[in-house]
Amino acid sequence: MFPFSFDKVSTEDEALRAAAAGGRFLAGGTTLIDLMREEIEQPRHLVDINALPLAEIRAEGSDLLIGALARMADVAGHPETLRLHPLIAESLLEGASPQLRNAASIGGNLLQRVRCPYFRMRDAACNKRMPGSGCSAIGGLNAGHAIMGTSEHCVATHPSDLAVALVALDATLRVRGPEGERGFPVEDLFRLPGETPHLEHTLMPGELIVEVWVPGGPPARKARYLKVRDRASYEFALVSTAVALDIQDGRILGARIAAGGVGTRPWRMRASEAALIGKAPVREAFSAAAELAVRGARPLSGNHYKVDLLRRTIVRALEMAGEMT
Amino acid sequence: MSARGVTITVNGEARSIACDPRTSLLDALREHLHLTGTKKGCNQGACGACTVLVDGRRINACLTLAVMHHGAEVTTIEGLATGDALHPLQAAFIDCDGLQCGFCTPGQIVSGVACINEGHASSAAEIQAWMSGNICRCGAYLGIIAAISQAAGRS
Ligand SMILES: Cc1cc2nc3c(=O)[nH]c(=O)nc-3n(C[C@H](O)[C@H](O)[C@H](O)COP(=O)(O)OP(=O)(O)OC[C@H]3O[C@@H](n4cnc5c(N)ncnc54)[C@H](O)[C@@H]3O)c2cc1C
Ligand code: SF4
Ligand code: FES
Ligand code: FES
Repeated sequence: MFPFSFDKVSTEDEALRAAAAGGRFLAGGTTLIDLMREEIEQPRHLVDINALPLAEIRAEGSDLLIGALARMADVAGHPETLRLHPLIAESLLEGASPQLRNAASIGGNLLQRVRCPYFRMRDAACNKRMPGSGCSAIGGLNAGHAIMGTSEHCVATHPSDLAVALVALDATLRVRGPEGERGFPVEDLFRLPGETPHLEHTLMPGELIVEVWVPGGPPARKARYLKVRDRASYEFALVSTAVALDIQDGRILGARIAAGGVGTRPWRMRASEAALIGKAPVREAFSAAAELAVRGARPLSGNHYKVDLLRRTIVRALEMAGEMT
Repeated sequence: MSARGVTITVNGEARSIACDPRTSLLDALREHLHLTGTKKGCNQGACGACTVLVDGRRINACLTLAVMHHGAEVTTIEGLATGDALHPLQAAFIDCDGLQCGFCTPGQIVSGVACINEGHASSAAEIQAWMSGNICRCGAYLGIIAAISQAAGRS
């Protein structure tokens, strides 16, 4: 690990000042310390933000508000999460391990880095780690990589499970920076790789994620997260889907579908959602929606299987959600 | 980088160490305090051999810095027994053959103690899910699950 200096801050203002001076926020450390040890990340100054009062989880009407420093385990087990947004709890519990979920924060989870093996190999070409060096995954081992949103410069998936659920639920982020406070959809946090895969998110330098706001409403009740992976737990997704359905009198009034493991960012399936409106919640309709979801998919040499797996995962998840009372 | 003073209560005793900010909690325990019960398997958060309790919660000591835990209470495998009396889960691991080579065992036991305290040990399936952060390369899983079930039933 490269040497760095370390400070613990106790107010948001101190945190913002330290970040403006070039400091890097440290929350649970489960992404950052791991990558610093591999010398993939080399911050010169760490700003420990764990003492900031940003760990609260609370309800406002039927909306759920989650502080950026709330731990994955605490959000997953919180009575308001379970009451208002069980989908969020399900997506969190499907990720990482109990130990990691006790340490990892919600803000850090959204900003975790890709799991592409070449990103972590310092002697491999990787545009994300070293812009302009090439992408080893495109002609290499790419079974775990994306089939949507890829570019000739990077094909890595975004690994967060929580982000998929938040994108499906139209959640919003509140962030604070040197220029003040702003809010925007979680979906807009993530960039497509395009020609600049080293730029992953849309936060401005020194901006602090403060809170996640998840609107309530009918789709929150019939909602499921289905994660398919190489082993039953403690593994990243090959394909995952967060779905939510609003069904009344045997007809679908509203639908949300987002997928993980297939896109270079959490992937919202809006055409599939639109195709479900007005339909009866039956397999035929779900299959037609799933077909639209894979339209435009561009598999790589090693991940053709993801196209069919995505279709089937969407159908199964919609069936699971439809069965909820 | 200059060393920083960090005071951590380890197994009930306040311990002060001077360490570089780069020092993980795991290295602070093993190299500075010579508590080598906590193991370093992967050093990447992937195996659970380094599991300790920080303020009662189980975490991976390899993915956290010692300087982040100034003032915290840490419990390691060395802190579970009372004198010569083993913790009930330690005794259950012996009863149930919950180990083979023993390398993963300190992490399994500390994680298992937390799993029981959290209320996540009511069935074999629940124990499996909530112990998934601890890998056993010898595959002693059946004994590990039996030991945790036994200790959970008693407590
Ligand atoms: C073995 C292993 C398995 C895993 N499996 C899964 C999985 O299956 N699913 C899944 O979703 N995740 C998984 N993870 C990833 C894990 O969830 C993340 O590492 C964790 O959520 C990151 O949160 P943290 O608080 O530890 O972040 P840190 O490591 O502290 O920070 C990560 C990044 O976010 C920045 N940051 C943190 N907080 C803020 C803030 N409030 N504002 C602005 N910037 C901030 C930091 O500067 C840093 O760049 C796994 C991790 C490991 C090690
Ligand atoms: S897919 Fe992206 S992260 Fe992986 S090697 Fe290519 S550029 Fe690097
Ligand atoms: S050594 Fe910490 S998880 Fe493997
Ligand atoms: S007993 Fe050998 S690794 Fe678990």
